[in-house]
This record gives sequence, structure tokens and C-alpha cells, in this order.
Amino acid sequence: MNLRLHIWRQAGPDATGMLKTYDVANVSEHMSFLEMLDVLNEDLIGKGEIPIAFDHDCREGICGTCGMVINGRPHGPVAKTTVCQLHMRTFKDGDEIYIEPWRARAFPVMRDLIVDRGSFDRIMQTGGFISVNTGNAQDGNTLPISKINADHAMDAAACIGCGACVAACPNSSAMLFTAAKVGHLGALPQGQTERSTRAMNMVLQMDVEGFGACTNHLECEAACPKGISVEFIAQMNRDYVASVFGGRD
Amino acid sequence: MELKSNTPNGPLTEQWDDYRAHLKLVNPANKRKYNVIVVGTGLAGASAAATLAELGYNVSAFTYHDSARRAHSIAAQGGINAAKNYQNDGDSIFRLFYDTIKGGDFRARESNVYRLAQVSTSIIDQCVAQGVPFAREYGGYLSNRSFGGAQVSRTFYARGQTGQQLLIGAYQALMRQVGLGKVKLHNKQEMMDLIVVDGHARGIVSRDMVTGKIESFMADAVVLATGGYGNVFYLSTNAKNCNVTATYRAHKRGALFANPCYTQIHPTCIPQSGDYQSKLTLMSESLRNDGRIWVPLKKGDTRPPDQIPEAERDYYLERKYPSFGNLSPRDIASRAAKEACDDGRGVGPSGLGVYLDFADAISRLGKDVIADRYGNLFEMYERITGEDPYSVPMRIYPAVHYTMGGLWVDYDLMSNVPGLFVLGEANFSDHGANRLGASALMQGLADGYFVIPYTLGGYFAGGKLDSVSSDAPEAKAAVREAEEKVKLMLSINGKRSPTSFHRELGAIMWDKCGMSRNEKGLTEALTRIPELREFWKNVVIPGSGAELNQSLELGLRVADFLEFGELMCYDALHRNESCGGHFREEYQTEDGEAKRNDDEFCYAAAWEYTGVGSKPTLHKEPLEFENVQLATRSYK
Ligand SMILES: Cc1cc2nc3c(=O)[nH]c(=O)nc-3n(C[C@H](O)[C@H](O)[C@H](O)COP(=O)(O)OP(=O)(O)OC[C@H]3O[C@@H](n4cnc5c(N)ncnc54)[C@H](O)[C@@H]3O)c2cc1C
Ligand code: SF4
Ligand code: FES
Repeated sequence: MNLRLHIWRQAGPDATGMLKTYDVANVSEHMSFLEMLDVLNEDLIGKGEIPIAFDHDCREGICGTCGMVINGRPHGPVAKTTVCQLHMRTFKDGDEIYIEPWRARAFPVMRDLIVDRGSFDRIMQTGGFISVNTGNAQDGNTLPISKINADHAMDAAACIGCGACVAACPNSSAMLFTAAKVGHLGALPQGQTERSTRAMNMVLQMDVEGFGACTNHLECEAACPKGISVEFIAQMNRDYVASVFGGRD
Repeated sequence: MELKSNTPNGPLTEQWDDYRAHLKLVNPANKRKYNVIVVGTGLAGASAAATLAELGYNVSAFTYHDSARRAHSIAAQGGINAAKNYQNDGDSIFRLFYDTIKGGDFRARESNVYRLAQVSTSIIDQCVAQGVPFAREYGGYLSNRSFGGAQVSRTFYARGQTGQQLLIGAYQALMRQVGLGKVKLHNKQEMMDLIVVDGHARGIVSRDMVTGKIESFMADAVVLATGGYGNVFYLSTNAKNCNVTATYRAHKRGALFANPCYTQIHPTCIPQSGDYQSKLTLMSESLRNDGRIWVPLKKGDTRPPDQIPEAERDYYLERKYPSFGNLSPRDIASRAAKEACDDGRGVGPSGLGVYLDFADAISRLGKDVIADRYGNLFEMYERITGEDPYSVPMRIYPAVHYTMGGLWVDYDLMSNVPGLFVLGEANFSDHGANRLGASALMQGLADGYFVIPYTLGGYFAGGKLDSVSSDAPEAKAAVREAEEKVKLMLSINGKRSPTSFHRELGAIMWDKCGMSRNEKGLTEALTRIPELREFWKNVVIPGSGAELNQSLELGLRVADFLEFGELMCYDALHRNESCGGHFREEYQTEDGEAKRNDDEFCYAAAWEYTGVGSKPTLHKEPLEFENVQLATRSYK
């Protein structure tokens, strides 16, 4: 198939960016979306032009490195699918495709489609863990955890930290990402000691980083490639309220 | 050079306890005076950096990713082994040790493997305490599954995302230490060289991938946990950015590279669909429990699978290995698939594929049972290929998956360069010539959480190190070299992209040094690889060095692969035997099984760098087996 791509080009964090148009021919339906861009890039290099910078690594939908907005939708049109797992059979001959980076104040563009998601790491640093030093642990089976709770924790822990939820949110809120971590650790007995301070500290850091507030648009859940449920946001709000009344460490 | 493994004296079962009991310690108040560089934040690196910081050392961690959580470890699916014996099915530390030694075809060091089996149980405890959501039974206790190469059920897992959950656990521990100011994390930094001062590893040269700035970072010890080199084959199941640069540069600075030819090929991956293919995707081995593998009997049969009658199909694994059938071990199954395709009987558009057919299982058990067992794998397959495996047989083909070779290390996980420690897939230590499933995650975390915290302290307490700074002539020279390399690469302005060189190298490696090797092919590869280094005359890298430049990143990695591939071929050529993942066609039994030669090759081959294009020097570490009997692996 032949396609017309409109791709965001921006040479660096402080440069002005704009959409540039590229025609690509003979795209195989079996290619992944990123392979289609690989082929375009090899072409550009051949012509002495600067290839399009985009982030990726595992190409299996698990590392969370890839991410771009395709025709207005983070990770593209297929539900619960990262862009690295999106294949060209989703598109048809003659399609025009708009490709842009995640847009959010807390995710500055570094080049073309690559953004800096360091803000996610900094949220994690304020409380996204259980404080246990190596060597302190008791036998793994001394603490039975019901399958329901373990599965619930796993549902939240499946987050890959890609940032699509932020890109989808009209307020650029990082609520789903943060709530997934709070929900994962809060579902487990090991996570109880620090439960309320964790929610408090992580939510505060979200503000510091410049993410917006959550006003219940639920776009995040729709965009999330791992299907993280917005119920975790409600849970985090309860933990947060508890921490306000309980005081902060 | 004599290779001293520094294995403690005494019986195998007591070595590690004894070692720890007599280890010299660093005074707690002094620990913060020691600076440690950890390169890599995968399972091995993140667990090491976090634990060393907890102990009080001053840690700087480096990764080329934008976040420590993205390391390749995240992609591991199946699980992690530990000798917990929760199932009461006869597991023990000795059994895990024995399975690992045997699975590695008797080419690993006993003492290291025994310690690995010993600490495996603590790993599970630590991960549970961190909140890793392992699968549980209804009673609330940890669940296990079985994995290849073992007769006990000792594999712990978190759905199909075990690597992700273990890495997130280690990453969280690391984030905690970063938040506490005990670890300085350098994201988007790529190590380009090792700095050796007075014979000791004292720092690294690193390139900031956003600004392009190249600078030196100095320390009292350097820990490399930089993963494997499977991407030398271009196509593999590894993440796209995995590369050999860190370990290969250390090799060029004097560290010996051990057993580089030992690579693991996984039989069940989704075949290549076109020449644009960028990587290969693993399909879990468990599918072989219910799928039957076949190819058409006739060469060049292009009929769709449902039109090929039963009598015209060759279920070659069932035919050749009647007792193991479709569950033959990884290396056997991989080679048999290659044979069928080389014979012109492969399927799919490229002819490089075999069918994995669930039709019988579906008619026997019903679609629901199959969906329950493999539903998510079937979905993934359909997402990638666009074919529905419930109605059309899957097509699979072997792919490079893991590299057992790595930098040579002693019992302390220290290389022959004092102060340079190597952990995880980057070292050669525990898997011999073949790794068992679910053992790489175990090894990475064992090295990081439970071995290096002790052995590094022993190194520091054992002798005083002079202070060094970035002004040391060795540091300045290494930075200058790296800068010049970048400059040179950018100035060539030739005709071919780094990817085109990488693909060509990968094709040579796959053909000549892949699933099966022979003297003729390896010799040919040893002339073709040096020719490919026309890279240095004909590569084109657009853009500059002072910006985020992915072509440059790739170019720098490919340049190292173009030297490293040669080292692999030298190793494969010298090892005149077949063992584990190293199959030399000249050395096989009548039924096509690997034929080891214990009289001549029962050693680890550790290679010393002697210059680009010049044959490396071989050093041997003899492997002594005092606790197991060398035996021939048999699958019939
Ligand atoms: C698809 C797949 C499935 C697997 N499934 C399993 C399984 O079920 N069970 C199992 O036990 N094993 C499995 N494995 C193997 C296992 O995942 C790996 O061997 C293991 O995770 C390697 O961990 P590591 O910490 O050594 O390295 P990695 O996780 O590869 O980490 C390497 C780190 O080093 C950094 N790095 C590398 N070079 C540089 C440089 N020059 N400068 C800066 N940073 C650098 C990277 O950024 C990264 O942080 C699987 C492998 C694959 C490919
Ligand atoms: S919650 Fe979903 S969309 Fe947001 S970072 Fe996690 S995986 Fe990505
Ligand atoms: S590249 Fe890893 S999730 Fe897409």
C-alpha cells in the first residue's frame, strides 16, 4: 500500500517543531508500524536526510519505551496495543497518517517523537516502593496472600510506564500511572505500612512535575495499552484522603 | 596468564558459607568513601546498585535507556527458578545445581553454580518482600510451574510477565536509593570505554545521548551488568538496543572474553516475514506441549496446510525422536527445523518456517481448553501475523535468544582486570554451553542481590587504592579516543547505513556461526567479517555528534559487533567438539546429537585481545568436576 505520513519534526528541546509530509510506497501489511518507519528512515539516510527519531526497544509491548500519537490516538487505533505491536494491516492504501509525540508539559520533547519521561521516575522515587533492604526478608510463604489480592496487584503492576495515559488526558494528568503503582503495592500486605504516605508523596510529586489534575475524563483507560482500570484512581483517592487525615511522614 | 578461579577450599556445600565467614569487611563508616560505578540497570545491575547503596557505598548507575525500568530483562516471560521445594517433589539445592551443570553440558564451574542454587531461595523471599506479585494458589501460597530440563516444579512466575515484575521490583528498590540520594542515576548515558589505571578498573567513558558530551566518570570499582550480545546476529529475540559495546570495550582493555561462541537458539519464534524485519518474537516453549510440528514431505510444496493430506506431511520430530517427539530439547528441535528448511521443505513466504499445528489438540480437547492454556499467546501471534492459529497452523522458526558466553570472571565475579566485576548475562559464569529456561533471571538477581555485595567488600577491604580523578592521563586518553572515534565515524560520509552493515554481519553470523557450524563456514566467516569493516570507509551517519543522534548510537554499536563477530568465530572454530548450544557438524553422533570431547575441551576458553583483525590468544580455565559425573545428555 501507499501512504502519506505527516510526522512531527523537531530538532531539539528548544527548537520549533512542525509537521512534515512523507510519502511511503509499497508498504507491506505484515510490517509493524515501527518497521514502516525503519524503512522510511533508511530511505532518508540514503538521501542524506536526517532520519526521524523515535523511541523503541523491546518491540514486544512490554518495555514501555515506544509511544507516539497516531491520528490523535496514543499508540494508534488498536485497543490495548502499543505502537510497536501495531501492524500495517490496520491501515489501507491511500491513508493519511498524522504522527506526533506525546504532548504534556511534564514530558518535554527531546527530538521529533522522543519525549523525556524522567518525571515518571521522579514520582516513583518519592514512594513507589516498599522499603525493604536486601537480606531482611522472611520466607516467601510465611505471608499467604489471597489469589484475589495477588491478581489484583498484578493487574495494576502490569503498567509499562509508557505515558500514553498522560498523552490521552486533556489535563495531562499522570493519575493512572501513579494510581497503578499505589494500587499494586496497596493490594499487598507488605505494602500496608507505607500505604498512606506513599499515596500522599507520589500525588504531591505529580503536581511538582507539572502534571494536571484528574477531572474524570477516563481517556487514560481507553488509551492504556495494558488496560489499567480507572478503579485504581478511585482507590488512590481514598488512600490520599486517608493520608491527609493521618498526616505525612 | 594463569586463570585463577579463586574458588574457596573445602567441600562444595560449605564454600560460600565459609567464604562469607572469613571475608574481610569494610568498616560501615568507610563505605561511603568508596565510589562504585554500575553499568546497566537490568535485573543484575539494578539489584546490585540498590543493594550496594543500602550497604552505604556511593553508587553511580548508568543506562542507555531513558529509565532504568526499560532494560531488556523486562521482556522475560516464563519464570524464575529457585530450589524452594515448596511442592515437596524432591527438589533441593543439589538438584538445582546438578540440573544446571548437566543442562550446561558440563561446561560450567561447579563452585559458582552451587552458590547460585544456594542463594536462589533468598531471591524469592526478597522479591516477595518487595511486593513482586508472584502467582498464588487459592490458599494464598506461592505457585510453581514446570520448565524444561527439570523433573521438579520449581519455577516461580507472574503471569507471562515474570521478567517485568522482577525488574520492576529491583527498579523500585533502586528508585528508593535514588530518592535517598545514595545512587546517582545517569539515564541516557552510553558507556563507550573502560578506564584502567595501574592495572585496575577505575572508571568509564560515557556519552550523553542527548547532548553528545563524552566524559569520564571515575570510581574505585566498575561493575558491568550490560546484558548479552545476541544482537550480533541482527535478528534475535533481544530488545533492539542490546549490544556488546560495554563488555567488548572492556575486552579491548584487557578483560578476557570467555566462550563467546556459546549461543542459545530458541526453537519457537515467529518467522521473519520480510527483509524489513527488525526483530524476532518468542512464542513460549510451552506451546509444544499440545502443538505438533510438521513440514510437507515434498520439497517446494506450496499448497495451503489444510490441503496437504496427512500422508504427505512429515512430523519430523515425532519421526526422529519417537520418545521425546515434539518436546525434544531446544537445540535438537531448532536444528531439526533448520534441516527441514535447508532441504527445501520449509513453509511460509520465505520458506523459513515449520508448522506448529493445534488441530489435533483442538479436536481432542476442544477449543476452550486450548484457549484457556494458550489464549494470550494465540492473540499475540495473531496480532503479529494476522493469522488465526485456531484455524491455521502457526508458523515458527528458531531464533537467537541468549548468549552463555561473556567476560571471564572468578568466584568473586571479578574479571582478570582487578576492580572490574561482571554480573548477569554479561559474564560467562553459570550456564556452561547451554542455559536452562528460567535460570537467567535467577542468575541476574543472585549476582546483584546476594553475591556482589559480599565480594566487592572483600575487594575493597583487601587492599588500598590510590585516589584517581578525571585528570589521570589514562582517563584523558580514553575520552580523547572516544571523541575521535565519533568524529571519524561522522566524517566518512559514505553510502551505506549502519543498519545495512549490521544486517549483513547478522546474515554471516547466522549462516556460519549460528545453529550449526563447520570448519569451512567458520573459516569463510573469518575472511568475510574483516571485509565488512569497509564500514570505516563507507558508512554514512547523518547529523552531528552534539545532539540526540540514533544513527550515531547504532553506528558505534555496529562498529564493535563487526570486531566481536570475529572473536565468536575464532572460538567456534577452535572448539573441535559439540556441546550445548555449540554444534559443530563434524562432531556429532550417528543420530545427530552433540558429541562432546571431554579429554580435550573440558575447559572454559578465555580469549585475550591482541588487536583488530589479529587472532586472539587463548587461555584455558580447566573445569574440574568433583561432585558430578560427566555424562552424555540423552533425549531418546
Ligand atoms: C524474549 C525473552 C524471554 C526470556 N525469558 C526468560 C525467562 O522466562 N526466564 C529466564 O530466566 N530468562 C529469560 N530470558 C533471559 C533473561 O531475560 C536475560 O538473560 C536477563 O534478563 C539479562 O539480564 P541482565 O541484567 O544481565 O541484562 P539486561 O536486562 O539486558 O540489562 C542490560 C542493561 O545494561 C545497560 N547497558 C548495556 N550496555 C550499556 C552501555 N554501553 N552503556 C550503558 N548501559 C548499557 C542497558 O541499558 C540495560 O540497563 C529471556 C530473554 C528473552 C530475550
Ligand atoms: S497506566 Fe497504562 S498508559 Fe499509563 S503509563 Fe501505565 S501502561 Fe502506559
Ligand atoms: S518498544 Fe517496548 S513496548 Fe514498544
